Amino acid sequence: MSRTIVGPFNRVEGDLEVQIEIAQGEVKEAWVVSPMYRGFEQILHGKDPRDALIYTPRICGICSVSQSIASAEALARAAGVERPRNGELALNLIHACENLADHFTHFYLFFMPDFAREIYRDEPWFEPVQSRFKAVKGRAAGDVMQARAEFMHLMGIMAGKWPHTLGIQPGGSTRGIEAKEKVRLLTILGGFRRFLEQRLFGAPLEQILEIANQQQLDDWLAAGDPAESDFRRLLQLSRDLQLDQLGKTGGRFMSYGVYSLEGERTFRSGVWYQGKRKTLNADRITEDISHSWMEGQAEPQHPYHGVTLPDADAKAGYTWCKAPRLDGEVVEVGALARQLIDGQSLVNDLVTRSGSNVRNRVIARLLELPRVLIEMEQWVRMLQPKEPFCNDSGVKKESQGFGLTEAARGSLGHWVRIKNGRILNYQIVAPTTWNFSPRDRHGVSGPLEQALIGAPVREGEKEPVAVQHIVRSFDPCMVCTVH
Amino acid sequence: MNKQTGFNVLWLQSGGCGGCSLSLLNAESPSLLHTLEDAGINLLWHPMLSEETGSEMVALLEAAVAGTVRLDALCIEGAILRGPRDSGRFHIMAGTGRPMLDWVRDLAGVARYTLGIGTGASYGGITAGGGNPTDACGLQFAETERGGALGEEYRATSGLPVINVAGCPTHPNWITETLMQLALGDFTEDDMDEWQRPRGYADHLVHHGCPRNEFYEFKASAEGPSQLGCMMEHMGCLGTQAHADCNTRLWNGEGSCLRGGYACINCTAPGFQEPGHRFQETPKIAGIPIGLPSDMPKAWFVALASLSKAATPKRLRQNAVADHIIVPPHTRKK
Repeated sequence: MSRTIVGPFNRVEGDLEVQIEIAQGEVKEAWVVSPMYRGFEQILHGKDPRDALIYTPRICGICSVSQSIASAEALARAAGVERPRNGELALNLIHACENLADHFTHFYLFFMPDFAREIYRDEPWFEPVQSRFKAVKGRAAGDVMQARAEFMHLMGIMAGKWPHTLGIQPGGSTRGIEAKEKVRLLTILGGFRRFLEQRLFGAPLEQILEIANQQQLDDWLAAGDPAESDFRRLLQLSRDLQLDQLGKTGGRFMSYGVYSLEGERTFRSGVWYQGKRKTLNADRITEDISHSWMEGQAEPQHPYHGVTLPDADAKAGYTWCKAPRLDGEVVEVGALARQLIDGQSLVNDLVTRSGSNVRNRVIARLLELPRVLIEMEQWVRMLQPKEPFCNDSGVKKESQGFGLTEAARGSLGHWVRIKNGRILNYQIVAPTTWNFSPRDRHGVSGPLEQALIGAPVREGEKEPVAVQHIVRSFDPCMVCTVH
Repeated sequence: MNKQTGFNVLWLQSGGCGGCSLSLLNAESPSLLHTLEDAGINLLWHPMLSEETGSEMVALLEAAVAGTVRLDALCIEGAILRGPRDSGRFHIMAGTGRPMLDWVRDLAGVARYTLGIGTGASYGGITAGGGNPTDACGLQFAETERGGALGEEYRATSGLPVINVAGCPTHPNWITETLMQLALGDFTEDDMDEWQRPRGYADHLVHHGCPRNEFYEFKASAEGPSQLGCMMEHMGCLGTQAHADCNTRLWNGEGSCLRGGYACINCTAPGFQEPGHRFQETPKIAGIPIGLPSDMPKAWFVALASLSKAATPKRLRQNAVADHIIVPPHTRKK
């Protein structure tokens, strides 16, 4: 079998190449290649730990706040500092704004344009889909960008700017919110809610969250016109193209949980496999470099003790990405994992019926828009102007800490060890490092490599459109993956 | 708009974070796509927006290099990775087996204008931090040193050197306005400062329009995060030296770093990533900050600072170390 190289992949964040072998009209083998290395872990070595707050958000322009949150949490744990309640609320709002903007961008600008490709010209839904979702030219893009930019005004008020704020500190947020700003924040959320209700869902957000299982979802699809709801259009396409049969993985999921408030996480953490949810033990995370262009680590290591040393000539290597494993197992991360582990009923039913696939990943992502926006409306109301937003934080000369959070596209962890007041070791394991992991030393592929097996290849296709759908269903972030 | 009549822009991401592209999407009123359309700017390809992927996109690059598709502006985002050992292998452009370094050199050879988008593509930036493990540099600079990936002598076919739309990230309008001026034929070498940044924003200082100006005037300083006072004395703020219009143009509606409660780190400048001290702390000698405001004689600064400190009103002294206004301005009664 000859190997087909697909790349550069766009409408993902960063650089990605996928190599596939095709036979009998389907993909038989796949290798995922992350072709860029920058070396943040090496850059951070020896720096004042607090400078990580400048460097780590710049790992990634799309998960910038998530990186700051993970870094601030790792530093807070190392320094033993706590946050006032306003600080927690402010950080949740900033983080949620990024995550929702990412979901929104992914759906309209990254994922849907593939259905407006010429290969679907003969489909009955092609004309309306093309006119709405065609890359750059579709009617949705301009309006979506304006709605996104207006939603991001929350960042202007609360975080100074986006991406790359320095407002997220171990002790909370640098920006106190006054009463007049609190009402402006509510106005911004209201504007975004209106767009979601009028265009994306075509229904009140609360009504969308009442859909509790696949039967009710099918009924809801049948009850309205896909021309008036982009969510209905997605469901229609998913049914016609059987996206629930595409891009299946082993179905083991992990979430670190996210949005901390008074000792709890709004979306809980855990591991899910074959219908059972278990507690997450982050001590059982290791990174394997057997198939990476890396050296300096004979055995898989926990990130506290891992090293990141590039070796472009590593013999078995085919990517800069490492292979993270939990208890030695491959896990899938992302909105689907997060909502499943949190017990969202529709997601639970969808996964029980059809496992992990393209359709379910995209639905779970869209369901987070109403779920999180409703939380945000509550968090703004809970802000107490004139109460503190930030505690000061120093650095303990000998200490260590970790920060676990969820970016839009899945679980993000930072681990830092500090010696003589300087960074001795800083390791980052990003969401797409999990999802786009190469094979490990046992030859076991990561989630995307598994999901590509069996992808159908249409007549005459060299770079199958099914591969495009599967890859983008993970909402990959390649700059985070390797960093 | 088509490739014959419009101003053709090709955008590639090199060794950066993609944050300048994401920032670009924040353009508003009108949105990015409407702004470009109205200006006659045709996006040949952008990694986040275009439909073409894989071989379709590589064919487009080859056509540009061959001259069959006109390349008006080449926008490169992110540092250029030259390592390991000058091979460029730290960044192979997916699907092509060729280092991005080589693609950039080929495309820059045919581009009418070449733009470094962000401080990485301009000077190296964050990716060149620490020991610079990937030998990262900018298109025409390695930090303050001329040269970079394209060399000191490089000129685009228009005759202009690389235009450095520096910033980490860049403001969306710094990019759109520069592209629009180029498309109009309004942009010349005189419109660039000594680091080849567009003077449209680089002739300003971040200090201009800073809402903490009154605290600055009286040297009423913040001592910890979230406090309202001037951040120059203790918190590492470089706004009085940093070239950018962040506090008059504003970000994401009404923001800026200082309005967000944290220090300006001078992210539009070459070498900003290695200030030689902790970012959020002002280095001082004998209690006086080392970095003085641009164009300010030291003796005057010291004299004015001690005078204004002596005259600081109680309102500013108290508010400077609070996270909300605790003393409102006095109302004069007739």
